[in-house]
Amino acid sequence: MKVQDWFKSGNPWIWLNAAAVSASLIMVFGLLGLIMVRGLGFFWPADVQLMDYVDEQGQEVRLMGEIWGEEDVDRETLLENGVKLTSENKFITRYTLKTGNRDVYGADFRLILKPNIKTLESPDNALVVIRREWGNFYGFLDSIKEQGTQLAVSEDALWSELISRTDRVLSLHDQIVDIQKSDIGEINHELEKLRLQKRRYELDNELTSERIAELAAAREVQDALYADVQKRLNDLNLEIIRDSIVVRIADGQTKEIQLDKVVKVYKPNQMSVFSKTGTYFANIWEFVSDEPREANTEGGVFPAIFGTVMMVIIMAILVTPLGVIAAVYLREYAKQGVITRTIRIAVNNLAGVPSIVYGVFGLGFFVYFLGGNIDQLFFSEGLPSPTFGTPGILWSSLTLALLTLPVVIVATEEGLSRIPISIREGSLALGATKFETLWRTILPMSSPAIMTGLILAVARAAGEVAPLMLVGVVKLAPSLPLDGTAPFVHLDRKFMHLGFHIYDVGFQSPNVEAARPLVYATSLLLVLVIIALNIVAIQIRNRLREKYRALES
Amino acid sequence: MTTAADKEIRTHAINIDALNRPASQGDIDSEEIALEVSNLNLHYGTAQALYDVNMVIPKNRVTAFIGPSGCGKSTLLRCFNRMNDLVDGCKIDGKIELHGQDIYSKKVNVANLRRRIGMVFQKPNPFPKSVYENVAYGLRIQGVNDKRRLDEAVEKALRGAALWDEMKDRLNDNALGMSGGQQQRLVIARAIAIEPEVMLLDEPASALDPISTLKIEELIYELKQNYTIIIVTHNMQQAARVSDYTAFMYIGKLIEFAGTNKLFTNPAKKQTEDYITGRYG
Repeated sequence: MKVQDWFKSGNPWIWLNAAAVSASLIMVFGLLGLIMVRGLGFFWPADVQLMDYVDEQGQEVRLMGEIWGEEDVDRETLLENGVKLTSENKFITRYTLKTGNRDVYGADFRLILKPNIKTLESPDNALVVIRREWGNFYGFLDSIKEQGTQLAVSEDALWSELISRTDRVLSLHDQIVDIQKSDIGEINHELEKLRLQKRRYELDNELTSERIAELAAAREVQDALYADVQKRLNDLNLEIIRDSIVVRIADGQTKEIQLDKVVKVYKPNQMSVFSKTGTYFANIWEFVSDEPREANTEGGVFPAIFGTVMMVIIMAILVTPLGVIAAVYLREYAKQGVITRTIRIAVNNLAGVPSIVYGVFGLGFFVYFLGGNIDQLFFSEGLPSPTFGTPGILWSSLTLALLTLPVVIVATEEGLSRIPISIREGSLALGATKFETLWRTILPMSSPAIMTGLILAVARAAGEVAPLMLVGVVKLAPSLPLDGTAPFVHLDRKFMHLGFHIYDVGFQSPNVEAARPLVYATSLLLVLVIIALNIVAIQIRNRLREKYRALES
Repeated sequence: MTTAADKEIRTHAINIDALNRPASQGDIDSEEIALEVSNLNLHYGTAQALYDVNMVIPKNRVTAFIGPSGCGKSTLLRCFNRMNDLVDGCKIDGKIELHGQDIYSKKVNVANLRRRIGMVFQKPNPFPKSVYENVAYGLRIQGVNDKRRLDEAVEKALRGAALWDEMKDRLNDNALGMSGGQQQRLVIARAIAIEPEVMLLDEPASALDPISTLKIEELIYELKQNYTIIIVTHNMQQAARVSDYTAFMYIGKLIEFAGTNKLFTNPAKKQTEDYITGRYG
């Protein structure tokens, strides 16, 4: 009787609702929490440990590195694998030690058993060198060489000397990259233009000897410019290889490192919490603002962020007019009947088509058919190397626009149908035509609904990876789709994408262990980018809602 | 786009100089005719809504349509500015002439027609724009964007709708923030801003409180100096108060059409008498 009353009161359902909501919240925050903890911890400059260790064969070695993780391993398993143990515990703690020095050891990581560590210390002058190639280097600074000869500097001055020389090399490096990117890039661009011009004349049978001479003269100008730039570059290259450092690693060997391969040097064990915090944020900034190094496993992800955002924005620009016009036609102009019903069902079903299918369609239709024909018509001088007949950001955006079209159409139709008939009649009664009514009243009033569609579209498009792999995303794009050379927006270029970056770093990288935190960090960034895009769209929608509020009256 | 037919209608309509004509004597034969309905039949799909309606609407007078719900008075009203065109499956036979010109002729531009025959609906339907933009809407549609002209027209229309004093400092406020009565007068201002010849009022006060209703009625009294007004109302006292002529309709038929005084005091038909004495409806 009492139980029956309890059921009748509706309380169980309220509890069930509460439980469902809590479960969803826990999942969302759990997910965010996990990727935040795993991703953000990566940027903290951890202490470097120096240890005496008895290895699996029972030999004593000295190791140095950062402890990245620990786990408990069953004793039996270790014994079966022929590991010599000194401890009797059933479970043995095992650390993952990042020893770096891949050029010396052949691997970045080493698994070590806690009981086999004989001594453990964190020496003050332990040095971490972050390099452009071969990953991190851990050791002690031995000496600095200039042009191959050792500098006569006291022990104490060595460190400050290293800092200043590293800064010098970094600024030289920046200059070199700058020259390579802008100056040489520009010259190459001009040369390519001349080559295409010549080819165009050839195709049109207009290549007179006069024009050949003209082009050759222009070419010579560029060649002269190039020689000049090349000379500057050579000078800088000579400058940058001046210095090198000698670093002694844990087991006593020394290794010479060219300073031009160095990105950053620091001594984590000497740093205070404050300077570590500073380095932490510097590292995060580097991650979001730099270009990737070493097959994407090191460095930043800026091109991927940029590519993702730009692709989504182009997608939004393409999908909004298309979806709105389609919805307006379906709702306002088409005669309601079997055909419009069929179209609606088809549109709704499009939303359920697996995204990779859109990728295949995009490749077949946009890239090969549309792009191929555009090349034939407008860029024939560039053939056989394709301009638009190859995957690129335009085709990616178009493919995703197609993918998200149903969402925009459905949301817009919903919005149009919510506009009260009295508003339409009011406008028509003032002598407005149907189009004027739509343009001046109905569409502005539906704009919050259109924005809702766009928000859903953006959320879906930003997270989509599979179709992009077919129509424009690459592991490493040489240049951004937006830059300083005319026409500034290069819709034919391939681009990088955070979602693909996660896949690439996590599954395709040669150094999976080192890349794992990057997977989390990149995931976090992707989520943040999507949230940011959504917040912008939601803000716009709220503004529109405020403006066209009180529809219900 | 102005067709030859529209031009003809317009030249016909220019001579509205009947501002100071004497009050109606309730004698339809002495009035100038604005609209003439002949043999009007209207079907919604297979259901017939209007049966063979014949009547004339006198110029610069208030004509009221009364009758029980569903008798077709709103339907008839919406025929005058072709609002029924929007309804799927609506078929109209017969003729409605505005100053002698058939408004259902193929040559008529419907948008132009609606500029000449304005309409106010039962529920106030201001656009979610500012007061100013609401009133300027019809003019902007006609391509008027000159700020001075718009300012003048908006002020004139708001004064005409007795709203200027209340609203002159709030022209940029959203119209949806106004009270129901103000909204309804705003909608009237919006309609008179484009200076139509005929105003159709579809139960303009039914959603309003008594004070707002009174204001609307006073407004109707003012407006009839310049406009031909047709008002649909459920409220017989209202019809008696504001109108010069009254038409009583019942199940799609025009039962009786006469001067208001005569219809209410001495109806010619038994059905009319039954209705106005409250025996049904």
